[in-house]
Formats: sequence, C-alpha cells, structure tokens
Amino acid sequence: MEIKTPLAKVRSFGSVTSCVVHWWYQRITAIALIPLSLWFGFALMSLPGAGYGEVVEWIQRPWNTLALVVFIMLSFYHAILGLQVVLEDYVHTEWMQTKSILATKLVLISIALLMLFAVLKVAFTG
Amino acid sequence: MTGSNRPLSPHLQVYRLPLTGILSITHRGTGVLLTMGLCLLAYGLWMLAEGEESYLAFQSVVDSVLGRIILYSWVIGLFFHFCHGIRHLIWDLGSGFLKQHMNLLAVFEIILMIVLTITAFVFSLG
Repeated sequence: MEIKTPLAKVRSFGSVTSCVVHWWYQRITAIALIPLSLWFGFALMSLPGAGYGEVVEWIQRPWNTLALVVFIMLSFYHAILGLQVVLEDYVHTEWMQTKSILATKLVLISIALLMLFAVLKVAFTG
Repeated sequence: MTGSNRPLSPHLQVYRLPLTGILSITHRGTGVLLTMGLCLLAYGLWMLAEGEESYLAFQSVVDSVLGRIILYSWVIGLFFHFCHGIRHLIWDLGSGFLKQHMNLLAVFEIILMIVLTITAFVFSLG
C-alpha cells in the first residue's frame, strides 16, 4: 500500500511555483539593479587613477556605503539566478547539474559575504 | 550534400545568427563574465580592507594596461547586459516582439551601450 500522498512525493523535487519565483526574483533584482549598476559602472571607471585615501573616503560616504551593500547583495543574487539557468541549460548529467548549481551558490554567497565584510570594515574603520 | 536543395538544419556551424541571436547569446556570456569580474572586485575590496600597502599592490595591477583592459571590458559588459536586460523587461511587458521592432531595439541597445560607455569614460576623466 502506498502511504505517501502524491503531494508528499513531489515535494522537494522543485515545483512550478519555484520556477515562477525564480523568474520573478530575477526580474525584481534586475529592476532594482537598473539605477545601481549605472551608478556602479560610472564609479568603477575612475578606479585605475584613484589612490587609497580617495577610495576609502568614497566608500565611507553613507550613501555610497549603503548603495554598495545593496548592489553587492542584489548583483550576487541576480548572478546566482542567472548562472543557475546557464547550468540547467548546458549541464545535462543530473547529479553534475544539481551539484554544480549548489557549488555555484556556495561559492558566490561566500564571496558576497567577504565583499560585504570588506565594504563595512572600510566604511567603519577605514 | 552535393546538388541537394534540401533545407539545412540551423546548426551553429552552418547558420549565421541574426543580430538578435548574437545579442541574446552575448547577454548570457556577459552575465557569466560579469560574475567572474565581481569576484575579482571582491578580491580588490578585500585588499583595500587589508590596508594601504596591499591596496596599492592591487591598484598597480588595475592601473596596468591589462588591468585597464579587464576593468573597461567589465564596465562595457555591464552596460551591454544593462541595455539588453532592459529589452528583456520590455519583452516581459509583452511588447517589442514584431520583427522590425526587434531589429530596431537591437540597434538601439548597441547605440545606448556605446553612449553609456563613452559618457562614463568622459565622466571618469573629470
């Protein structure tokens, strides 16, 4: 006799809902990144000629700190969602696909946290 | 194949992608490359948080010819991804699907990318 209900069987295998959420969050982060990526692209162009004090002073300005923190969180989230789609499209062996997506998430979340820590350290201690 | 008029399958080796197709795959490619660039930036921020000496070592690499090529390419890639991303958002709203609109938007987004890059570069000079 089958004890599990059909719902219990499909749970954790990913549902239609999770795809919609994935699609939707990719768009939400994209819209939020419209002003942020413009701002960041413009700011980054000045990096080659910027000295240590100049960059530190720039990061310490409150609006820049805040915008950087939000930019890092959103861009890494957007990147994770995007790379997931790329891996789903090009990695065809199932275990490799799930593991590579998981590994990508772990690596990118770790790097994002390191980056946030670095920004906050510079912002608060210089 | 000789003398055959049968249509060829649109395989990448024998099929020249239309402009919209080239932009589509470039969007994906820039997405992956931008993520890699973000990781390099994370390294730079970490060096900045370590102090002036380590930042100057990083900055001398950024200020080199290769460093500048990578940095400017990243910003150009960001602006491309930005422009094509906006087109995706327009598509998500359900418009811009007619063939002539697609080609017009494709040209428009390339122009916007060039304008943004030049503006950001001029902005960084002064």
